[in-house]
Amino acid sequence: MHLGESTRECEYSQISTRSSTPMETPYKKKTPKKRKWETFPGRNRFYCDGRIMMAKQTGVFYLTLVLILVTCGLFFTFDCWFLAEQLTPIIPVIGAVLFLFVIGTLLRTSFSDPGVLPRATPDEAADLERQIDVANGSTGYRPPPRTKEVVINGQTVKLKYCFTCKIFRPPRASHCSLCDNCVERFDHHCPWVGNCVGKRNYRFFYMFILSLSFLTVFIFAFVITHIILNSQRIGFLSALKDSPASVLEVVVCFFSVWSIVGLSGFHTYLISSNQTTNEDIKGSWSSKRSKDNYNPYSYGNIFTNCCAALCGPLPPSLIDRRGFIQSDAPQLAPPTNGLPMYGSTQSQQSHKCDQDQCIQSTKFVLQVATTPLLQQQQSSEPVILSPENGASLPGRASLALGGPCTSLPLGQPTPPASTPSLSCHEATDLLPIHGHPHNHSHPLQEQLAHHHFLTPEEVPSPPGMLHCGSPLGHSHTMQGSFYNPASQDSLHEDSVRGLVKLSSV
Amino acid sequence: MAETHSLQDLRHQAAVIAKVFIQRDYTNGTLCQFQTKFPSELETKIDKQQFEETVRTLNNLYAEAEKLGSQSYVEGCLACLTAYTIFLCMETHYEKVLKKIAKYIQEQNDKVYAPRGLLLTDPLERGLRVIEITIFEDRSLTQ
Repeated sequence: MHLGESTRECEYSQISTRSSTPMETPYKKKTPKKRKWETFPGRNRFYCDGRIMMAKQTGVFYLTLVLILVTCGLFFTFDCWFLAEQLTPIIPVIGAVLFLFVIGTLLRTSFSDPGVLPRATPDEAADLERQIDVANGSTGYRPPPRTKEVVINGQTVKLKYCFTCKIFRPPRASHCSLCDNCVERFDHHCPWVGNCVGKRNYRFFYMFILSLSFLTVFIFAFVITHIILNSQRIGFLSALKDSPASVLEVVVCFFSVWSIVGLSGFHTYLISSNQTTNEDIKGSWSSKRSKDNYNPYSYGNIFTNCCAALCGPLPPSLIDRRGFIQSDAPQLAPPTNGLPMYGSTQSQQSHKCDQDQCIQSTKFVLQVATTPLLQQQQSSEPVILSPENGASLPGRASLALGGPCTSLPLGQPTPPASTPSLSCHEATDLLPIHGHPHNHSHPLQEQLAHHHFLTPEEVPSPPGMLHCGSPLGHSHTMQGSFYNPASQDSLHEDSVRGLVKLSSV
Repeated sequence: MAETHSLQDLRHQAAVIAKVFIQRDYTNGTLCQFQTKFPSELETKIDKQQFEETVRTLNNLYAEAEKLGSQSYVEGCLACLTAYTIFLCMETHYEKVLKKIAKYIQEQNDKVYAPRGLLLTDPLERGLRVIEITIFEDRSLTQ
């Protein structure tokens, strides 16, 4: 309670359950600004503060790197001296150039964004759902897989709806299950480079395998030359004993040549016909499917196809990894800050929010139990801690904490017309957005004033919070009797929120 | 009862009624183009011609960004030869056009859309999936 503000008229107004962090009171806690990569929903790993982006499993990438480094290292250490003396010093120079090019393109392929499509914002997802429901007539519990057909250059292409990213995938995009992202012009997920290969890094990938084929053939050829030249002088076996590293190099290169050169050839074919590995494997444009089947993306001739793939414009990354999360938009607060609240973009919501909800709920139960304010705030109805009223909530554990949290389908929507397949994010998506975007510098009163106009069904809430008719109405009544939270201390506000949350569990 | 709003007023004070999403048009392949179909929600708010003009200009700008011409080839080859380090010092053609697009959207917002209580969001902020048009509540700002 602020004694200093006792002269101010106390206003009875609703608490905004949809404001940003609970700590957004006069005691503004300074939280460090987060970059967008820190709340990225996919299964990627980021390094160097978001500059580097890789897949989750990078073991094989390190193997690739080690193989290349070790083989080249051995080549330069043991074979190059001989070859430079006996033949020409240009050989190590060419070798070095090839080696640097290989490493450069490998790192570029592995570390760059392959063309990940950011997930739909809740508003977009809601809009799409509305359109689909209108089209389908909303029959059945779970709607059939959603597709849209579009005619591209005379070919009918089916656009599939991605349930994870909540978008209709553009043509040639595909969802990578390993990285859990939709990637534009998805080629394949390459464990050797530890990343997906898509629109933005395909040329680097191609350059990598092409240069690696040259390097492999180069090393193979010159190591053999070295051994042969040496054995002419001192005999075959002694030549082998003289440089045992060469044997290792030959073995590695021999096996690599078949796979790498084969792969380069395959991708050269793909580039010249402007197909992706994905399309080729599925036989999307194969003439075996039907006589009229042709690739609508091909430019007609090999040269243009190659130029387009390798020298065409490089689109920038769409996910803005290093951008800061906007503070004026309602966002997901970091777990340590209190209740994670409703986020304005999908990308800011993660699996973590489910667990944090449960943990925070417990905290507030404990806090609430010890505050004497509890009596004050109670309206006529007691806090209800059990599921209420009709809306079926499969798998809902009341306050069961720990493990079950992450598997809970949180935030089942209230409106009976909606399908339960909607996730927690979409519970609020069906609602028209009020007071959005918010600005923190805005006086709290104004935000609260907005919420006066909201009906109980329309109060947006954090993910995991239920909209059941009665508990919400119940919490509504409770809120109606509260003081302006700006004049309360933050614990009070938190415990209130906790109560509101608990009441809807 | 003021009908006209400034962009700042909209962002800070007006309430959002609804959002309209202009989806991508894939009939020309994977190029970034948006549908020019006039959405019904905007019928009372803005002139159809005006809207189509905006979307068409945006489409042209995106086409320019992704154009396969001598300039893009030269840039691509040069980049390849310098092992893509050249992009540490200079912007790609695509990025330059994206900046142009951002400026155009800002200008359209200031001149055409904000006075009518609308706000265009740069598609780049939505992953080039949609053009998001926010419809603000048309109420007096003299509170």
